[in-house]
Amino acid sequence: MIVAKRKPFDEIKDFLKDYKKVLTAGCGTCVAVCLAGGEKEVAVLNAELDMARRLDDNPIELGAITIERQCDREYLEALDSMVGDYDAVLSLACGAGIQFLAERYPEKPVFPGVDTTFIGVNQDVGWYEERCRSCSSCVLGLTAGICPVTMCAKGLYNGPCGGTNKGSCEISKDQPCAWYMIYERLSKQNRLDNILKITPVQDWQNQKPRTVIQPGYKTSENSAEK
Amino acid sequence: MRLDYPSNIKIIRVPCTGKVDVMHLLRAIQKGADGVYAVGCLEGACHYNEGNLRARERVNHVRRLLEEIGIEGDRVRMYNLSSGEGPTFAAYAREMAENIKALGPNPLKQH
Amino acid sequence: MKSESNLEKVLSAGHFAFTGELGPPRGANAEEVRKKAAFLKGNVDAVNITDNQTAVVRMSSWAASLILIQEGLEPNFQMVCRDRNRLAMQSDILGASTHGIKNMLCLSGDHQSFGDHPMAKSVFDIDSIQLIGMVKQMRDEGIFLSGNKLDEAPKMFIGAAANPFAEPYEWRVLRLAKKIAAGADFIQTQCIYNMDRFREFMKRAVDMGLTEKCYILAGVTPLKSVGMAKYMAGSVPGMDVPDELIERVKGAGKGKAAEEGIKIAVEQIQEFKEMEGVAGVHLMAIEWEHRVPEIAKMAGVLPRPVV
Ligand code: SF4
Ligand code: SF4
Repeated sequence: MIVAKRKPFDEIKDFLKDYKKVLTAGCGTCVAVCLAGGEKEVAVLNAELDMARRLDDNPIELGAITIERQCDREYLEALDSMVGDYDAVLSLACGAGIQFLAERYPEKPVFPGVDTTFIGVNQDVGWYEERCRSCSSCVLGLTAGICPVTMCAKGLYNGPCGGTNKGSCEISKDQPCAWYMIYERLSKQNRLDNILKITPVQDWQNQKPRTVIQPGYKTSENSAEK
Repeated sequence: MRLDYPSNIKIIRVPCTGKVDVMHLLRAIQKGADGVYAVGCLEGACHYNEGNLRARERVNHVRRLLEEIGIEGDRVRMYNLSSGEGPTFAAYAREMAENIKALGPNPLKQH
Repeated sequence: MKSESNLEKVLSAGHFAFTGELGPPRGANAEEVRKKAAFLKGNVDAVNITDNQTAVVRMSSWAASLILIQEGLEPNFQMVCRDRNRLAMQSDILGASTHGIKNMLCLSGDHQSFGDHPMAKSVFDIDSIQLIGMVKQMRDEGIFLSGNKLDEAPKMFIGAAANPFAEPYEWRVLRLAKKIAAGADFIQTQCIYNMDRFREFMKRAVDMGLTEKCYILAGVTPLKSVGMAKYMAGSVPGMDVPDELIERVKGAGKGKAAEEGIKIAVEQIQEFKEMEGVAGVHLMAIEWEHRVPEIAKMAGVLPRPVV
């Protein structure tokens, strides 16, 4: 899932200082699961904003709505009838959701309430770890299911580097060395051959905005732009 | 047993402090309470494993949230005691009341 | 000859090579480079010029290399993958070659979090093994990484680093083999303190026939003090300093640790001269360039061959 962190309160407060009526929009998918931007987080943030603005003698009227997914038009539609009543929208969705919302209401100031952080996994409630940088050419098949792009601090394709330190990465004893783990797992699976070969340079595909059109879904509209 | 604790405290019963949510605590302050505190079982003695530990984390979180917006975090506290410790309960209640008296009324009331 | 560099000539003539190292200054101070170079001149076959070592900004490696050429020394231009993408790397390689730089050491580079700009965005467009392959392709096939032809190939003697000590040990020689397969002409190892482990490493390298394909220079860094020995042992990732060695430096007594450190280094160099497969020594006397002449003399590697 996409993992996000709530932005610092002062930053959010500053975004909204000139607005009297703001809609806080949560997202019910990734950011809700990672406890950053779901219904509950919307309520907490609104309570904070309400109190802070009262203390400033600058009260604010806050609306709250959490939709299934802000990255999906089908669900965003639910906001159409509401957004007009507000001066601004504060979105707690991931960066993609926020942009899709802003794109739908181009006249309306839209602000991020979270810092979108990574694609990761749920280690435990409230504890998430990054696993993928969406590089567009997955090498997990070579590397025993451990991503060198994300988990190696240098994103090496032919690791480990000379800094690998008794199983830890050179950057910290608490950070496992991805290449140490890759070696160990491949070795147990008798697949060391995979990394005895030199992995050639990457054709980086994440250096410009990417579009995916799944096979069978081409239309004159979506393929004309490409 | 009649316990002598301040009469201006409103008690809300929950099955486990693990059920106490950030929003419950925050809303109490938002609605004008001068302070709010959770009383849970002793740490390590939670019937539901670690409900009281989670509650402490949440209390700490709410304290930070309040500080962020300019309200004293110490208006929110967590206490632990074992069941049947009536006098300790009363003592904590008095301590909390003293604490709030020192902090003064909820600043939101003047706004 | 691949590069006609002095280092290549020394090695291919069968001499025991002796290389040094120089860290460029943290400023536009050419004098500082000249001062350090003077201690190395005549005592080593080539001098590694570090590239923003430990991710701290310093005078660029190629620029300091040019000063060395002016001073009559041969630089070994270090390049890390942290700070440049494939475009910058290739243009710097061409530029370095035009100005007479003939040796290159291809490295990953320390992570930026160690340095003076810990929040910098690193590059790592390609890694050190891919860099080795890229330089080789430019030199031998006269083409860029893109496959396009280049005008006048850069004649570089290609070096790479090896760490015989990091776990998993079984992987160390395999990784060395990978670097050689990518195109490394010579290897300079991490500083060696654990001689037993290094002997094992060399034995495997010899058995695998790697020393037939590539020159291996053993890395030596004299211990200056007990503090340094402990620091190397505890805080430098990938370093293996046995306790006996720390004890030996400690046992030398007050004010004598440095002399003992040098003595150890000299003994090591003498052993390397006899060790099968070792083609030379790379002496990394960090901020201790002025001691290089005496170390070279004591180790019996002088005079340096003229080839
Ligand atoms: S290689 Fe890593 S970053 Fe790329 S797609 Fe696979 S998991 Fe994601
Ligand atoms: S120590 Fe391991 S994880 Fe860290 S940068 Fe080197 S290879 Fe990557």
